[in-house]
Amino acid sequence: MSVDGAAQSDGEVLLRVTDVKKHFPVQSAAFFRRSHDFVHAVDGVSLELRRGETLGLVGETGCGKSTLARCIMRLYDITDGTVEFEGRDITKLSTRSMRPIRRDMQMIFQDPYGSLNPRRRVGSIIGDPFAIHGLADGKSRKSKVQEVMELVGLNPEHYNRFPAEFSGGQRQRIGVARALALRPKLIVCDEPVSALDVSIQAQIINLLSDLQEELDLTYIFIAHDLSVVRHVSDRVAVMYLGKVAELGEVESVYGHARHPYTSALLSAVPLPDPERAKERERIILVGDVPSPVAPPSGCRFHPRCPKAKDLCVHEDPALVPRLDDPPGHVAACHFPVADGENIADSTPEIGIEERIVEEGLVGNV
Amino acid sequence: MTVGDIVSATPVSEEGPLNVGPEGAKKIEGRSPWRLAFERLRRDKAALISMIVIVLIVVVAIIAPVFKHLTGHPPNQQYFDTGLTPDGLPRGPTGTFVLGTDDLGRDILVRLAYGARISLLVGVVATFLTVAIGTLVGLAAGYFGKIVDTVLARLIDVMLSIPFLLFAISLASVFQTGLKIVIIVLAIFGWSSVARIVRGQVLSIREREYVEAARSMGAGSWRIMLIDILPNVIAPIIVYTTLLIPVSIVGEATLSFLGVGVQPPTADWGQMIADAQTSNAVEHAWWFLVFPSVALLITTLAFNIFGDGVRDAFDPRSDRVFR
Repeated sequence: MSVDGAAQSDGEVLLRVTDVKKHFPVQSAAFFRRSHDFVHAVDGVSLELRRGETLGLVGETGCGKSTLARCIMRLYDITDGTVEFEGRDITKLSTRSMRPIRRDMQMIFQDPYGSLNPRRRVGSIIGDPFAIHGLADGKSRKSKVQEVMELVGLNPEHYNRFPAEFSGGQRQRIGVARALALRPKLIVCDEPVSALDVSIQAQIINLLSDLQEELDLTYIFIAHDLSVVRHVSDRVAVMYLGKVAELGEVESVYGHARHPYTSALLSAVPLPDPERAKERERIILVGDVPSPVAPPSGCRFHPRCPKAKDLCVHEDPALVPRLDDPPGHVAACHFPVADGENIADSTPEIGIEERIVEEGLVGNV
Repeated sequence: MTVGDIVSATPVSEEGPLNVGPEGAKKIEGRSPWRLAFERLRRDKAALISMIVIVLIVVVAIIAPVFKHLTGHPPNQQYFDTGLTPDGLPRGPTGTFVLGTDDLGRDILVRLAYGARISLLVGVVATFLTVAIGTLVGLAAGYFGKIVDTVLARLIDVMLSIPFLLFAISLASVFQTGLKIVIIVLAIFGWSSVARIVRGQVLSIREREYVEAARSMGAGSWRIMLIDILPNVIAPIIVYTTLLIPVSIVGEATLSFLGVGVQPPTADWGQMIADAQTSNAVEHAWWFLVFPSVALLITTLAFNIFGDGVRDAFDPRSDRVFR
């Protein structure tokens, strides 16, 4: 896949995100002076989503995954860039003209407790999409809602219950049912399983993949759990500080991670086999993610990157295929990680002032 | 804090959709937050008693004409012969005048019954108006935010800083005094505190994910405000409403007492207390002052205790403290 190229033959493009930026103004304490600082939550992301696929979106907390999802859903106004859905630019559409498009794109939220109104009955919550779009009333709405409830494995008899009377997993099923009600084409899943127990996670993930097959859905699946993403996704995008660090087919990215950040993330995935886990050397990144208010120059990862060189400080690497990767696997790194290379032993070749070093270590380095 | 949070602490059925069959589903009926609150209220003895008292007062107000027929004394009729002693003093409680008469020889019992009508009418109508305006302003300020919020929040501050009595007296002296102006004055001064409460609640609720979910489905601002947000702020609104009714009743009595409210000869509790206080007869005739005062006291006390009960029912975690 090339970012600005035409759609490939193996799937029509459903959603195209081009250079999307979302900057939030930083609240300033002064009453009259307007703030000039911005949180660069999403800072130039380009993606293509093909019909019927699942695109995984991973990254640390605060890297802009959820913000990107909300930009795609037009829950936020986009600072810059465009979002096209089925070839139509929806970036600047008004609330009213967005409404018909929202029938085709829905969202599943992270918190099954927060995303359902505690004051409303389940039937009315799942019936909301029908009510908002004026599609079904009274009896026909009830039967449609119960149909969807059955589809996601809820007992239709529970139509009149309140969300508080369900467990976390069942509540997430309610959230899925609501998103499914209008049979959308795209569902953005914003960490749909991170708030659930592991055993329940599996149920919801299986439900989502069954539904995808049955209803021909396209997913954007956000998670910070790399093994979950590997399981559900066809392609995966790794985000760091508001930018895509690496993007490609799941097996290609997981097997041949080119970006040092991806390698570090992957080395943190727990392995079920303790022998193998012992053998593996973990890449420990120093410090925290830099502030998105003033992101680092050049490659955003350079202050924490074990392979950083001068070029990384000054030049932002392009998101292109690296080494001998297929065209669909792109990484934004000047010095990509070769297969079998162990970057845990590398030392950055940039000045100490360019780096994030752990406190107390400065004198020794 | 919402009732939903509390309800979520109650046990829920096991995971898995199908382990509760249709017969089980009937047994575990959907218990709404409302019903839970109502059941808690039913167990609160003080609230129950005060509710009975309120019902009695309402009944008295409704059947005020019955008192008129039973005693044969219209509320504004002055009985100079039978209602006053030969020296022109009010008569104490007797068979004819159960609660005695006032300095003009009017039947206090009948006047109290008719006065209850005004008190309750003002209490309910003024409170309703207050809460309606306050809720609307609070919802708009909290939901739309930005410039709308800035303007409305400043307006609320301004309203809260105007001295109520001074303004009420001057307003009533500019316009005609009467029931309508009393209600309007009470609403003008009451809405800002309701708006402040609602605004604060809305500010936190609009950030909830279910509001975001509604927006992602294409719901408009009004739908979100009325269907998604309002039901979640209605509990504090109801609590505040029940506590606002006695405030309105006392407010009306105060204005009438000061002569800028309901005008004589209309029977009104505040007016009656004022009459008793200004008349010299009160030294000889205690009933003249005591009965309307007690009526006012019992009414406001009943509403206050009931309001406390409602608050406890909606929010069982709060401590029972006197405010």
